Amino acid sequence: MSQQEILAGLAQIVNEIAGVPVGDITLDKNFVDDLDVDSLSMVEIATAAEDQFGVRIPDEDLKDLKTVGDAVSYIEKAGVAA
Amino acid sequence: MSVVVTGLGATTPLGGDVASTWDGLLAARSGVRRLDEEWAADLPVRIAARVAVEPTEVLDRVEARTLDRSQQFALVAAREAWADAGFAARSAGDAGVDPERLAVVVASGIGGVLTLLAQYDVLRERGARRVSPHTVPMLMPNGPAATVGLALTARAGVHTPVSACASGAEAIALALDLLRAGRAEVVVAGGTEAAIASLPIAGFAAMRALSTREDQPDAASRPYDKARDGFVLGEGAAVLVLETREHAHRRGARIYAELAGAGISADAHHVAAPQPTGAGAARALALAMRDAGLQSSDVVHVNAHATSTPLGDVAEAKALRTALGDAANTIPVTATKSCTGHLLGAAGALEAAVTVLSLHHGVVPPTRNLDDPDDEIGLDVVRFEPRALAPGGAALSNSFGFGGHNVTLAVKAV
Repeated sequence: MSQQEILAGLAQIVNEIAGVPVGDITLDKNFVDDLDVDSLSMVEIATAAEDQFGVRIPDEDLKDLKTVGDAVSYIEKAGVAA
Repeated sequence: MSVVVTGLGATTPLGGDVASTWDGLLAARSGVRRLDEEWAADLPVRIAARVAVEPTEVLDRVEARTLDRSQQFALVAAREAWADAGFAARSAGDAGVDPERLAVVVASGIGGVLTLLAQYDVLRERGARRVSPHTVPMLMPNGPAATVGLALTARAGVHTPVSACASGAEAIALALDLLRAGRAEVVVAGGTEAAIASLPIAGFAAMRALSTREDQPDAASRPYDKARDGFVLGEGAAVLVLETREHAHRRGARIYAELAGAGISADAHHVAAPQPTGAGAARALALAMRDAGLQSSDVVHVNAHATSTPLGDVAEAKALRTALGDAANTIPVTATKSCTGHLLGAAGALEAAVTVLSLHHGVVPPTRNLDDPDDEIGLDVVRFEPRALAPGGAALSNSFGFGGHNVTLAVKAV
């Protein structure tokens, strides 16, 4: 799956859960500081991403996913590994 | 110290706001319907009073998705009450109220049972990692109070009394205490309940507490009628804005009525059955009248708890006769639940709001389905048509709950 496809899928998830407009969800954005996603919603986003992309995001890795780009790269690598 | 009611909000089986609910009560409409959903197919009782307007039609989608249905109801009712009180902005600070002098008391009888049941299904079907991180904030009984406190930025304290079907009235009694004690100048107080689901219905049905009149849903809730056979489960929320008279005057607020007193007692008799003599309820009534400085002759109206159960309605009638003496024979009484069903933890708050409106408008809504009054009741229950009230006077609103909780609120006309 390409980075663009992952970004598009992730943007849909973040929009659904946190109400952030899809167009605002770009690789450079910080989930907390830029998109106002709280810690509970971040867990929801991770779970939904696991279901959609067929990857597993352990808690110790989730805490390092600060930006949308971090998450996209993580899913991209985890997808290849899987 | 005088405490006044300056705002009202509600979402009920009769309407999505106070005005439509009040119109429904004056017209004695029923909010009770058949439950045609698949999950209800095997239940012993398949009637209930759902809210007239789904909260998700009113609330922002993202805001609503992390709120239990009971929290959604509470937020809808609280926002209406807040705006009705004349506050132009949604948060306290922006509306000119010191957030540290604003408290919230929102009760619930059962808490977020719909979330509990739904997430238990998720746990069993998909495993622990798929349980929502919002589960606990959605199912905790103080969740609705927290939701309202966050929405209004209330920082003087956020509270949740839980006393089954007396919870909503107890919330208002606690708000009165907070204001009298000087711990807040404005309190947003009420109750909410969203428990129309298989397990609560099965549980109440197992107690034989529910009406089984499935062939005539709109005739099932019939307080004081000879043919009453139990209550009908309802859902919704009601919220009042209470403030010190001084605070209300300072900001030039419209005053509906004075919350003049409250009386609270406990039966210590049985966990679910009412004391047959109504002694505990009579003490709550007497305490409320004393707290408000009322004589029987001052009481012009009673909004009864009257759930439509065979034992409860009679016990309450006895309590009214004990507390009010001969006046109990002539004071117009109404039973809001005949139209709305029983909103459990929201009922006391809704009925307090209805009592306030009865004094404010000078009219008592009729009791629906009272075709053949039970001889054992012996009260002047308003039926068929609304009854006009002379200006002035005071009214009492009763709420009782499983656990032997008795709460009476006393409201004075202004």
